[in-house]
Amino acid sequence: MLLLKDVRKSYREPDGSVLLILDVKEFRVAAGEQAVLMGRSGSGKTTLLHVIAGISRPDAGVVRIDGCDIARLSEAGRDRFRADKIGYVFQTFNLLPGFTALENVMLGMSFAGRRADVQRARKLLERVGLGHRLSHRPPMLSVGEQQRVAVARALANRPKLLLADEPTANVDAGHQQQIIDLLRNACQEENVTLLIVTHTPEVAEQFSRVDRLEDFNQTAALA
Amino acid sequence: MSLWKIAWRSIQQRALASSLTGISMALGVMLVVAVLVIHGVVNQSFLNNSGLGYNVVVGAKGGRLDLVLNTVYYLSRPVENIPYTYYQEFTEGRFKPYVEKAIPICLGDMYQDFRVIGTTPDFFNQLDYGGKKYEFAAGRNFEPDEYYAAVIGATVARQAGLGVGDEFQPSHGSGPDAHQHEPFKILGVLKPTGTPNDRGLFINMEGFYLIPEHAKPLDDEPAAKPHAESEHHEEHAHPPDEKHEHADVDEHKHVEDKHAEAQHEEHVGEEKSAHEEDHAHENIAAKKHVDNHEDTDGDAHAREHAAEQYANGEHVHDEAHEHEHADHDHGHDHAGHDHAGHDHDHGHSHEPLPVEQREVTAILVLTASVGGAPPELMAPGLIKKVNKESVAQAVLPIREMSTLFTMFVDPMQLVLLGLTVLIVIVSGIGILVSIYNSMSERRHEIAVIRALGAGRRTVMAIVLLESILLSLGGGLAGWFVGHGLIAALSPWIAMQTGVSIGFMQFVGYELVIIPGLIVLASLVGYLPAMAAYRTDVAKALSATP
Repeated sequence: MLLLKDVRKSYREPDGSVLLILDVKEFRVAAGEQAVLMGRSGSGKTTLLHVIAGISRPDAGVVRIDGCDIARLSEAGRDRFRADKIGYVFQTFNLLPGFTALENVMLGMSFAGRRADVQRARKLLERVGLGHRLSHRPPMLSVGEQQRVAVARALANRPKLLLADEPTANVDAGHQQQIIDLLRNACQEENVTLLIVTHTPEVAEQFSRVDRLEDFNQTAALA
Repeated sequence: MSLWKIAWRSIQQRALASSLTGISMALGVMLVVAVLVIHGVVNQSFLNNSGLGYNVVVGAKGGRLDLVLNTVYYLSRPVENIPYTYYQEFTEGRFKPYVEKAIPICLGDMYQDFRVIGTTPDFFNQLDYGGKKYEFAAGRNFEPDEYYAAVIGATVARQAGLGVGDEFQPSHGSGPDAHQHEPFKILGVLKPTGTPNDRGLFINMEGFYLIPEHAKPLDDEPAAKPHAESEHHEEHAHPPDEKHEHADVDEHKHVEDKHAEAQHEEHVGEEKSAHEEDHAHENIAAKKHVDNHEDTDGDAHAREHAAEQYANGEHVHDEAHEHEHADHDHGHDHAGHDHAGHDHDHGHSHEPLPVEQREVTAILVLTASVGGAPPELMAPGLIKKVNKESVAQAVLPIREMSTLFTMFVDPMQLVLLGLTVLIVIVSGIGILVSIYNSMSERRHEIAVIRALGAGRRTVMAIVLLESILLSLGGGLAGWFVGHGLIAALSPWIAMQTGVSIGFMQFVGYELVIIPGLIVLASLVGYLPAMAAYRTDVAKALSATP
């Protein structure tokens, strides 16, 4: 399902020097698998997710998702691919405050090149327990509710791969488990491959597969 | 979810800033609409109204535009007059072959702020406006022999509160020197025409001539015009015993008034009465040299009585005809003296003013149609003939108005339009600043949209749509307010120009406003849209929202 091979990603520092962030020989996740990726702060976890999501293009290497090497796609191609095949849950939820919960979910459908499915958006919100909060805007929702809306939005386009970047970092312990359960169950129901990046051991220990970034990212190992 | 909705939500999110920029755009567009519509409609109406059933205006030599503004629009300062005999050249003289219709008009008097126009009933019987016949909302047209009868326009009726059966006194000139004259009885109120005639009071020309100072002095009466002044001086020169004599006159006049009333009631025109009246006239005329204020009440009474008689079709002047000597005695008094009015006050000498003492301000001419050819073809020949002589000038109203607009009004409009377009552009720049300033705080939001799969062009389009929505929203609001403003100002415009403008009055140029606003919005939205386009998603997502 997901294959990263010889992926390198570097950034140019303000002083002109080049900082290598990712140097991944190989990383795989099978279709339908639910995996956790752990790593220290600054080890390149978010950069890796951006490369997998096509937000950033690697300097070199192969990023194959569902048979498509997105590293070879143009930016517009990667945007389309991301809209169609990848769901993304952010650490800070990143809901648009001017839109209702329902609109935030439908917003995820707007760029996939297909007609927005209101019924699916409603069902997803009901699935995450927010059927009574459809017309509420994010500022009117609790932190836990906001993250649940974010999960529903990530699933809106029936993605093949769902990436979650520290999904529990900003929620209290009570909601932490709720979010993890939701992600796991929803991905299972929708047959979506799940890759969660976290530094919380309590989250990691619930998954059968846990990888440490340092194990396959050369630069992280050196740091 | 459509991009329009996404853009609209973004506008809602910044409600205050969006409202302010929208209002600024609305004000700009409102001004553009106001300038365009007012100018366009006034322009069109002026040009349309310059042909109200006639195509040539003949008047005294002088300013051609003044003549047109005076006679067609009842604007500008009064022009000189031409002899009545010259008018007759158009009805039965050498210009007759060129003429289909020739309607005389006499100007110079006012009622409140409205022009009083002396004319013949043919003005309403023969002329039209925009191909439509004049119709009466109430009453009827006056007849040629109803000397003190009038027809008023719809605006006058509404604003002055006049109606059929009411009387009004035209005043000569304006300001403190204005003179009050005989009352005219309103026999008809015109339906609104949207022409300057809505603002006119049309009185029978025969009655107009009988108003003091309206008769042209005869050549052998050089003192006729400055009469009022000399009269005033004489007043003080009269010896006291002469005044005493005039006390008898008042008494005599009282008898005469009573007699006139009786005559009115009985509808009998005995010769004896006429003699008494003539006698009274002599005495009254003499008395007026002493003090023409003393008998004000009597005058008013007599005027009212006489006006009623004329308005009712009771032609007292027929009685006067029976006594030629009386005519002779007082005929010269009509020659521009208060005496004429005084005579008239008593309702005794309402004979038509002699032709040689008559003048007209202008003649409204529809040239003849020869062999099925349009009347316009005859106009140049007539104009050439008239202008070759020294008596009068003939002009084509439509040409004069076109010249006026081309030379003065159009450039003025261009300047005004330029200024208002500048205001719209400044408003557009306001939108640019508003959206651009919001970009730094929206960078994260844009990054999220990008992360959800929106391409660079999509976020660019969202920002452009936002700019277009603000411009169009403000512009449409401005368009409505602009038309509302025009509708609100419409009575004032109608008052000033005689042109009625409604809320739904459009001009073709308005069609440019919407595409123009879209172009402007795209231009001003381009800079913030490019900022959205260039947003570094990874960097913006990493930043704290």
